[in-house]
Amino acid sequence: MVGASLAGLSAVRSLRKQGYDGRLVVIGDEPHRPYDRPPLSKEFLAGTLAEDDLLLEMDDEDLRAEWLLGARAVGLQVDGVERVLLLDDGREVRADGVVVATGAAARNLPGTDGLAGVHTLRTLDDARALRDELALGGRLVVIGGGFIGAEVASTAYALGLDVTVIEAAPTPLAGPLGETMGQIVSALHEAHGVRLLCGVGVKGLSGETRVDAVLLEDGRTVPADMVVVGVGARPCVEWLEGSGVELDNGVKCGADGRTSLAGVVAVGDCANWYDPQAGSHRRVEHWTGARERPDAAVAALLSWGAVEAGAPRPPYFWSDQYGVKIQFAGHAAGADSVTVEEGAPGDRSFLAVYRCAGQPVAVLAMNQPRLFMRWRKQLAATAS
Amino acid sequence: MIPACLLVDLPRGEAYRLDIDPPVSVFHTDDGEVFAIDDTCTHQDASLADGWLEGCEVECPLHASKFDLRTGAVDAPPAKRPVRTHEVLVQDGMIYVVPSTDAPNLPPCVAARLASGPA
Repeated sequence: MVGASLAGLSAVRSLRKQGYDGRLVVIGDEPHRPYDRPPLSKEFLAGTLAEDDLLLEMDDEDLRAEWLLGARAVGLQVDGVERVLLLDDGREVRADGVVVATGAAARNLPGTDGLAGVHTLRTLDDARALRDELALGGRLVVIGGGFIGAEVASTAYALGLDVTVIEAAPTPLAGPLGETMGQIVSALHEAHGVRLLCGVGVKGLSGETRVDAVLLEDGRTVPADMVVVGVGARPCVEWLEGSGVELDNGVKCGADGRTSLAGVVAVGDCANWYDPQAGSHRRVEHWTGARERPDAAVAALLSWGAVEAGAPRPPYFWSDQYGVKIQFAGHAAGADSVTVEEGAPGDRSFLAVYRCAGQPVAVLAMNQPRLFMRWRKQLAATAS
Repeated sequence: MIPACLLVDLPRGEAYRLDIDPPVSVFHTDDGEVFAIDDTCTHQDASLADGWLEGCEVECPLHASKFDLRTGAVDAPPAKRPVRTHEVLVQDGMIYVVPSTDAPNLPPCVAARLASGPA
C-alpha cells in the first residue's frame, strides 16, 4: 500500500474485509497515521476540532498492517513475480500486489518559495501552520475561488479576518458547477462582506521576506498579511515514471482500478479511472471516491481482474461555507440545462437539477439534505 | 415504550423520525426488517433518517459515514463512534420503540447544545 490517507486506509480495510490474510505494509510520506482532510479547511482551521478528532482509525481497530510512515516511495520495479518498491531512505519493500494511493499535492504559484505568510492547504502540517497564522488576524488574500479557497475564506471570515478572494476565471466554480450555479454559490462571499475579484490573474506577490501584497495582472495591488494559494492539485505519480505503469493525468486505470502493470491498482486522487458511461477517463478528487473505490480495486487485485466491477455511484461531494451546506452529485460538464426545482437560491435553501437531453445528470443543493438524498439515489438508479 | 407509526405507513426502504430528544429513527429495510437507532449521526449533526438505506446499513446524508442498523457499529468513516440502537416491537400493526437506557453518542456540537438546555 503506497499512501496512508483515506484511499490507502480504505484499501487496507477492503483487503482485510475481502479475506486477504497475508502481510500488509503501508508506506506513507507524511509522519501521521491516516487522518481526515475535509475538516482541515473548516472545523480544524476554525479551532473547533482537535488533531485527535481527525484520526480515521478506530480505537479498537486492528488491521494487522505494518506502517512505514515518513517514508516516500521513489520507484517501482518488477523483479520476476515480485514488485519492488524503492523508498527514499534506501529501503526496499517487495510485494505480490501494490495499491497506489499517493494522492495529489497542492499546486503552488511559481516564485513564491521561501516567502513567509504564503500557504497552501493540503496536509495536517499545512493546516497547523495556517491556523496559527490566522489566529494573528489581519488581511487574508485567497488566490483561487475553488472549494478549498472558498472554505478557507469562509473560515477566516468567521474568525474575524479581512478576506479577499481572487479568481482568474470570470466565474468561480464554473468547472464543477457550471456558470449559473458557480455564480450563485460564489455569491456567498460578497453576501458576507468577503471581497471577490473575478476574471483577473495574479502577476506575483510582493514582499522581501514576508508577503505584503498580491499583484494583479490588471495593475492593481491587493495588500495582504497572509496569502492562501488554492489553485488545485496535481497527482503525485512522478515516482512511477519508467515503472511500466501508464501515466496520463495521474495513473491511468480501467473501470476496476487496474493499471497497465499486472498486480498494481490505483485508487484515490492520483487515479484516473475509466468511466464506462462517459466513455473516457476521469480523475475525481472527492473524499467519497477515495472511500468507495478501493473496494472494487482490491477485488480486482485479489482476483487478478477476474471480478467484474459494478457501476460506481455518481461522484458526490459536499462543502460547508458561511454556515451553508452545499452538496453536489453527478457530472455537471455534460449538462445542457440547469433548473432550480425547489426553494430559492436567495434563501440559501434550494435544489437544482442538471439535465442532458432531458435526463438528470447532476444535482446541487444548499441546505436541503433530505431532498438532495432522494435525487442522489435517483441519479444512481439511472446510472446503474 | 413509544408508539412510532403504523407498519403499513412505513414502506420498505423508508425511515420515520420520532421527534423525541434526542430524536430516534425507525428504518424499514428492503428485506422487511424494522430497526431503531438514534437519528443523529455520531460524527456531525445530520439526520440519519435522511440517509441512504441499503440492506442493514444506513449512510449519513452529509459525509457518508455508514452504520449497521442491527448493532449501531460504524461500517465506514468519518464517524468513529457507534450509533445507539433501540429495541423495536411491532404489535397489532403498530411499531413501538423501547428507548435504550445507554448514553447516546451524539456529535460534539449537538451534545453541547443538549447540555446547555433548551434553546
